[in-house]
Amino acid sequence: MFIFYLVKRVGIFLLIVWLAATINFFLPRLGGQNPVAQKIMQQAALGGNLHVGMQDMVKEYETKFGLTKPLWSQYLTYLADTARFDFNYSIASYPRRVSDMILEGLPWTIALLTVTTILSFVIGNLLGAFQAWPGAPRWLLLLMPPFLAMSAVPFFLLGLILVYVVGFSMQLLPLYGGYTAGAIPQWSFSFAVDVIRHTILPAVAIILGSLGGWALGMRAMMVTTQGEDYVTFAEAKGLKDGTIFVHYGIRNAMLPQATALALTLGQFVSGAVLVEIVFGYPGIGTLLFQAITGSDYFLVQGIVFLVIVAIGLATLILDLVYPLLDPRIVSRSV
Amino acid sequence: MAAVANDEGELTTGRTGGAGAAATLTAFRYLRRNKSLTVGLVLLLGLIAFAVIGGLFVDPQNARPLSVRVLQPPSWALPFGSDRQGRNLFAVITSGTLLTLRIGLIAGVLGVTIGATLAFVSAYYGGWIDSVLRSIVDVGLTVPNLMVLIVVALMLREGMTVNVMALVIASLAWLYPARTIRSQVLTLRERAYVEIARLSGMSGPGIIIKELLPNLLPYLMASLVGSVSAAILASIGLDVLGLGVFEAPTLGMTLYWVNFTGAVINGWWWWWLAPIIVVGILFISLFSISIGLDEIANPRLRRRV
Repeated sequence: MFIFYLVKRVGIFLLIVWLAATINFFLPRLGGQNPVAQKIMQQAALGGNLHVGMQDMVKEYETKFGLTKPLWSQYLTYLADTARFDFNYSIASYPRRVSDMILEGLPWTIALLTVTTILSFVIGNLLGAFQAWPGAPRWLLLLMPPFLAMSAVPFFLLGLILVYVVGFSMQLLPLYGGYTAGAIPQWSFSFAVDVIRHTILPAVAIILGSLGGWALGMRAMMVTTQGEDYVTFAEAKGLKDGTIFVHYGIRNAMLPQATALALTLGQFVSGAVLVEIVFGYPGIGTLLFQAITGSDYFLVQGIVFLVIVAIGLATLILDLVYPLLDPRIVSRSV
Repeated sequence: MAAVANDEGELTTGRTGGAGAAATLTAFRYLRRNKSLTVGLVLLLGLIAFAVIGGLFVDPQNARPLSVRVLQPPSWALPFGSDRQGRNLFAVITSGTLLTLRIGLIAGVLGVTIGATLAFVSAYYGGWIDSVLRSIVDVGLTVPNLMVLIVVALMLREGMTVNVMALVIASLAWLYPARTIRSQVLTLRERAYVEIARLSGMSGPGIIIKELLPNLLPYLMASLVGSVSAAILASIGLDVLGLGVFEAPTLGMTLYWVNFTGAVINGWWWWWLAPIIVVGILFISLFSISIGLDEIANPRLRRRV
C-alpha cells in the first residue's frame, strides 16, 4: 500500500520538475519571439571588455535555440540542459556559470531556511499548544495579538524595522551581508561567530513573522482535540494531565500542522527570499535580486527552477514522512 | 462521499434560502461581538479615508521625482518629507495606497471569481472535470507563486503597468480559492436541501446559483479578503525585487527605493517609516477582517476563540 502512495507522490514531484523547466522555456516565448536571445544579442552588441568571449556564448546559444531549429527540438534541448542543471553562462557576470553562482549562494539560504523553519514551527506550535492548556498563564494569551500582527505583515518589513532598531540605533548586530566585508571565508571559530552574528537579524525577522500563524492554528487544533471523546476517556482513566496534553492533545493536533507546513512552504521561502535582499544576505534571494536588476535571464531562470524544485522536493519529503505521523493516510489514499 | 468531504473541512452555515441578505445582516449584527472584524474594518476604512482625503490636499503630480527638494525631513509643507529623488512622500503614500489597493482588488476579485466558478462547477459535477481541476490545483499550489510571477514579470518588463501587474498576479490568484471553495462545495452538495432541489428537477447551474452560492457568501467574502491580501503581498514582492512599475508610486515601489538607497542605514527615517506603517496597517487590517469573516462563515469558531 505504501508503494502506491510513494509512486503517486514521486510522480507529482517529477511533474513539478517538468513544469518548472517548461515554465522557463515557454513563458518567455509566449509572444512568439525569443526575448532571451534578443537580450543577449543586445548585451553582446554593447561590447566592452567585460563581454569578450560572449560572442562564443551567443553562437552556442544560437546553435541550440536559434530560430532555425523547430520549437520542439529547442524544447527538448532545453529539457536536457535543465536535467543536467546547465543554465548556461551568467549574462551579467560572464564567464561565470549560472550553476556555480547558485551553488555558492545555496548553503547560505539552506542554513537560514532550515534554522528558521524548524525554530518557528517548534516555538510557534508550542506557544499555541500552551495557550490551549487550561492552566495557561494570562501573559501567554496576551502575547497573541502582537504575534498575529507580525504574522500578517511580510517578513522583510519586520526585517527593515529590525535593521533600524537593533542594527542602526542600538548597533548591537551588523546591518548587512553574510560576514564582515574583507573577512576571508574559512572554517574558523571567529569567522563562524561573524557569520552567526550576521544571520541573527534575518533569522529573527522570519521567525517573528511566522510564529503567530503556527500558534493560531495550533491553538484552534488543541481546543478541538480537547473536546474529543478519547480525551474525555483518558481523563476518566485517570491519566496525568501532562500525559494527556502531550500524547493525546499535541500528538493529534500536530497532524494538520504538519500538512500546513507542506502547504505554506512556498510562501515561506518567497518571504525569506525578500528578507535576504533587505539584509544583503549572500544567499539565493540576494542573487535573484542581482540577477533581476542586471537583466541576467539565465541566472533568474536557474534560480526560479531551483527554488520550485527545492520546494517540490521538500514537500515530497514531508509527504513521505507524514505517514509516520499519521498511519491512516496511506491506507486512505489507496 | 460524505467522509471525503469531511476530510476537506467543514462548513456549518446551514441556513436555507435568501441567505445572501441574511448573511449581510448577520455581518452587521456580529460586528459588535466580532472584535477582529470591527478592528479590521475600522483600520482599513481609516486607511482608505486617509488616502482619499489626504490626496485632496496634495498634487498627485508631486509623487513624481524632482517635484520637491530632495531628502527633506517632515515639515508643515512636506508632512512625510521627501525622498532622494525629490518625491513628495505625502503624495507618494496617499496615491500609492490607492494604487496598491487597486492591484489587490483587481487580482483578488478576478482570482476569487475564476476560482469560485471552477470550484462550483468541478465540485458539483464531480467526475473527470473535478479530477483534472484538483490535479492542476494541487500541482499549481506546490509551485511557489512568486517564482512564476518573476518569470512572467521579467518578460513583460517594458510593457509593465499597474493594471498589467494586477492581471499577471490574477493569473495565479485563482488557485487557492479554487481549492478551498471546492472543499466547501463538496460538503454543501450532500446537504438535504440540495438533494431536495435536485429531486424537484432544478438544473445544475440553478442549484449552484440559487442554493449553493448564497450559503457560501460569507465564506466567499473571507476568501476574497484573503486573495486581495495575497495579491498585494505578491505585488509588493515583485516591486521589491525590482520588477514593479518604476513610474508608479505604489507602496511596494516606495519600499524598493527605500531598500535600493539604503534609507534605513542612512538614517532617513521618514522615508521608510510611513510606507512601513501603511503597509503594516493594510496587512493587519485585511488579516483581521479575514479572521472575523471566518468566524461568520464557520459559527463553530464562535464558541472557541
